[in-house]
This record gives sequence, C-alpha cells and structure tokens, in this order.
Amino acid sequence: MSSAAFNDIPGTYVFTGDRAIEGRHLNRFCMSLMSPANRARFKADERAYLDEWPMHAAQKQAVLKRDFEALLEQGGNIFFVLKIAAVDGRTTQSVAASFAGQSTEEYAAMMRSGGRSPAGLRSISGRF
Amino acid sequence: MARITAGIGSSHVPAIGAALDGGRTAHPDWAPIFAGYEWSRKWVEAQKPDVVILVYNDHASTFSLDIVPTFAIGCADSFAPADEGWGPRRIPVVHGHSKLAWHIANSVVLDEFDLTLMNKMDVDHGLTVPLSLLLGQPTAWPVKVIPLAVNVIQYPTPTANRCFRLGEAIARAVQSFPEDLNVQVWGTGGMSHQLSGKRAGLINREWDLKFLDQLTADPDALRTLSHAEYVREAGSEGMELIMWLTMRGALGPKIRELHRFYHVPASNTAVGHVVFTPESG
Repeated sequence: MSSAAFNDIPGTYVFTGDRAIEGRHLNRFCMSLMSPANRARFKADERAYLDEWPMHAAQKQAVLKRDFEALLEQGGNIFFVLKIAAVDGRTTQSVAASFAGQSTEEYAAMMRSGGRSPAGLRSISGRF
Repeated sequence: MARITAGIGSSHVPAIGAALDGGRTAHPDWAPIFAGYEWSRKWVEAQKPDVVILVYNDHASTFSLDIVPTFAIGCADSFAPADEGWGPRRIPVVHGHSKLAWHIANSVVLDEFDLTLMNKMDVDHGLTVPLSLLLGQPTAWPVKVIPLAVNVIQYPTPTANRCFRLGEAIARAVQSFPEDLNVQVWGTGGMSHQLSGKRAGLINREWDLKFLDQLTADPDALRTLSHAEYVREAGSEGMELIMWLTMRGALGPKIRELHRFYHVPASNTAVGHVVFTPESG
C-alpha cells in the first residue's frame, strides 16, 4: 500500500491508518451521532457535547464551523463526518459541493452535465 | 445442488433509495435510473432466485472504526435496515439463509479466506438500495439474502484480485451445497464518484465504460489494477468497484452479458448496472 501513490492524486483523501490514528476521537464522536439521544444532546449544546470527547481543539472548531475540508485534513473519514451533515438535515451533495468551493446549485448543474472530468486532476507529479 | 445462475452489478447510491422511498421516481433526475433497471426487475422476477449473495460495503452504519473486518458474511436469520442517522428506511426486514451462509463460511475459510462471521447486524443502503432497484417495493422481499460486507473504507482495503478470488471460492462453496437452490451473486457500489476534496464530483465515463467492457470480456485486466489506479481514475469512493469483481469471480471464465445500463448522475455518482449469466449456467 503505497501512500506516495495516493499522495500523488490531487485533492483526494485516502483513509489510511495514519489518518485513522489522527481522527480516532473525531470519528468516534461522529459515530456517536447515530444515536437519536446523542443527536439531541449535540443539537442542544454542540460545544458541551464536543467537550466530552478527547479531540483536538482544531477538530472541535472544524465541527462547529462545519468545515468538512478541515475535518478530513485532521483525520475525519467522509462517511463519519457525513453524520454531522445528517444532523443538520444537509444532503451529501451539498457537502460534496462545499469541498469543491461550489454552491450546491452549481455543483448539481455540473453533475447533470456529466460531472467533473478527471482531465488534469490525475497526478500532481504529472506521471498520469 | 445449489447453482449460481446469474451475476448482477449495481450501484448503491443512497439518494436512489431516498428518491424511491419519497415517491420521487418520476422526477426527471431519477426517472432515467429506474427506467434503466426495468428490464432487470422483470428478469429477476422471472428467474425467481432463492438466495442472493449480496456483496456490498457498510458506510459507518454497522461497523464503526473500532472493528473493521476485511470480509464479513451475514449468518443471521434476519438483518434489519440500519438507522443511518435519519431513521431506518421503511422497507421490509431482510431475511438471511443461515444454512447456506454457514456452509459458505465453512468452505471458504478452509479455502483460506478468513471471513468474519456476523450473527447480528443491520444493513445500510449499500445492501438495501440494490434490493429496491432490482426487486421493487414489495411488502416482503421475495428472496433470501446473504450479506457479504467488504471493507472499502479503511485502508488497507483488500486488493481487486483478492475480491475476485473470494468470488471463485464462493462459487466452489455454493456448488457443494446439497440443497437445490437458485443463487445469484450481486456486486454493488461505484461506479466513478468522489465525495470529498477538490475533485468532489469526479466522474470518469470513459474509464467506467472500459471497466464494464473488461468485466465482461477480460476481468483479469481489472484484477491487477492497483488501489491507486482505482482511486485516481474512479475517485476515492470508486474503490467500491472491487466488489463487482467478487461477483464476476463467482461466475467462471465465460459469461454472457444480458443487460447493461450506465447513467450520470445519481446525486454524486455514475450509476452502472449489468446482468450476467455464466455460460455453463
């Protein structure tokens, strides 16, 4: 499993063991939102609920700001951080759009016209 | 004797389930997708499979990151639709086939594929959306389902070749089950999609269509692709396509392609769908 090969792919998170270690508590917090009771407690006081988890301050800040890029940079796994979006009643598509810096409408229009082409987005080194 | 009579490949996009459950199948975003499965729904109904071995991945529903089985087989009598964060889908409970599942486990573990045995688990959209696409909206599912969950989320994920060889081992297992059963193997996930990062929304139509061609005619070419190539070409979540290889491996070298459908997009994803029969079947 070559991380170098993954790291050569631009703008792409591959959830390796290193990322899992960094995001362990963040992803556990996200998984806790699978319980309706925990969702209610989180919604009632996000900061207090986050403080129950031994996460880094920057990870908590990224949750509060719904900064999904920052969450993935700090070890969040996409399917786990999407639990936060589910609490907010947000679609996966709106989260995907936010990663690309597009409005949901712009992104949806791009998808309807065939999606984002991989041309020019395969390799940082230019090998592919 | 149990027989594998067909293999089906299908995307499992959660928004398809939401569109179906929310009665939006006629909406222009979704109507072409349901139309693309219409032939297959009728075909599966006519085939009357007894059991579907459904290869899928869980999406942080049953498996947190605390326990990450590479391959897990559902041996329970029933599997409840998972609450994925907004309440479970209102669909029938999925009934398993414990005897065949245990037989497969016995056979493939001795064949050196060390499966995790799941005697209780919920199943998320990865499994239930293909059921809805191919079986419609019945009050009870007309087939028994053996869930086969593959880790495609936490690296290291299994190789494409390992997935293919597991399919071959499952075929050997099914063929040695004494009861007369009509068994289909469904591989799900994909096709190209990426939900995060600057490449979010990536779709690679050319690569997807080549994948479908090779899945039919030259699956060996897909077995040797690296993880990096799957991610680079099909997007970070396009890695799910390795699960189609388990289905293909279970069918034997020569197959007939009966149906193919490809559509962009379903939400963030390229939808792919194929129906195969083994030439011997």
